[in-house]
Amino acid sequence: MKKIKIKVNGKIRSISEIYKLSDLIKHLKIPMKKVAIELNEEIIDKKKVNKIKLRQNDKIEIVHFIGGG
Amino acid sequence: MKKDNLIIAKKKFKSRLIVGTGKYKTMSECAKAIKLSGAEIVTVAVRRVNISDKNKPLLMDYIDPKKITYLPNTAGCFNSKEALRTLRLAREIGGWKLVKLEVLGDKENLFPDMIETLNSTEILTKEGFKVMVYCNDDPLMAKRLENVGAAAIMPLAAPIGSGLGIQNKINIQIIRKQTKLPLIIDAGLGQASDATIAMELGCDGVLVNTAIAKAKKPFDMALAFKNAVIAGRQSYNSGRIDKTLMGNPSSPLKGII
Repeated sequence: MKKIKIKVNGKIRSISEIYKLSDLIKHLKIPMKKVAIELNEEIIDKKKVNKIKLRQNDKIEIVHFIGGG
Repeated sequence: MKKDNLIIAKKKFKSRLIVGTGKYKTMSECAKAIKLSGAEIVTVAVRRVNISDKNKPLLMDYIDPKKITYLPNTAGCFNSKEALRTLRLAREIGGWKLVKLEVLGDKENLFPDMIETLNSTEILTKEGFKVMVYCNDDPLMAKRLENVGAAAIMPLAAPIGSGLGIQNKINIQIIRKQTKLPLIIDAGLGQASDATIAMELGCDGVLVNTAIAKAKKPFDMALAFKNAVIAGRQSYNSGRIDKTLMGNPSSPLKGII
């Protein structure tokens, strides 16, 4: 199967071209309720992750809350 | 005694102490200090999930956002674009609308960039956020923030993490006089008495992080700040005596033997 390169939280990953955003979240074991996701600097509605197909050079940011002042 | 709640964006809080969740040695130390402080609001930062170490403890596992109000903060943002991006993401995590805006202008003194801060406050307010704004202790800027819809004014006491305490009491009093918005001292406190002074100046609350997290005994300091804020508020509400230059004996002069 053809692979594509994407960037997740600043790191390049190689994934299958049929991957959807939901597959990536599942694979990374990310707790959906505790994060927010950006695709190419646009915030993604978490309810729609299973409809979003990933493309070559996509930039994904997954963030959560950590301790801070 | 009359109920004396802190009200921010129509939400009531019993505690007037807001604490940060940064700089603690461990998550459990942070959670215990927060419990002892009695704080009902904690500031949190938005950062990348560590995808290579999935076993890293999560803040939400230690501090329940259903019991304690998370106040997402833009600490570390140096322009409006970064701050807006951070808070829009924070809202997406779980519907957080009450946020703390902090746009820094200088990496050394960590003073706020007030032009970027003012612009961001206006944009965020229009987007439906309730913005608590970290600002300098300038009454004119505080007024401008109020005019664009800030939910709370949060002037610094001194540079973030400096522990210097309130440097400009006069400005804080002027800001207090001119606004009915919640006025919360944010940044620069070093010890519990600094919080008492802030409350006695008429502030509605204080936000403390480093002074508790980096104290030699964080748990004891958390408790000290809790008591200091309560004492300061009670003192402010009690109406202090006038200051006089000369002495005024406490015992009657009549009947001296």
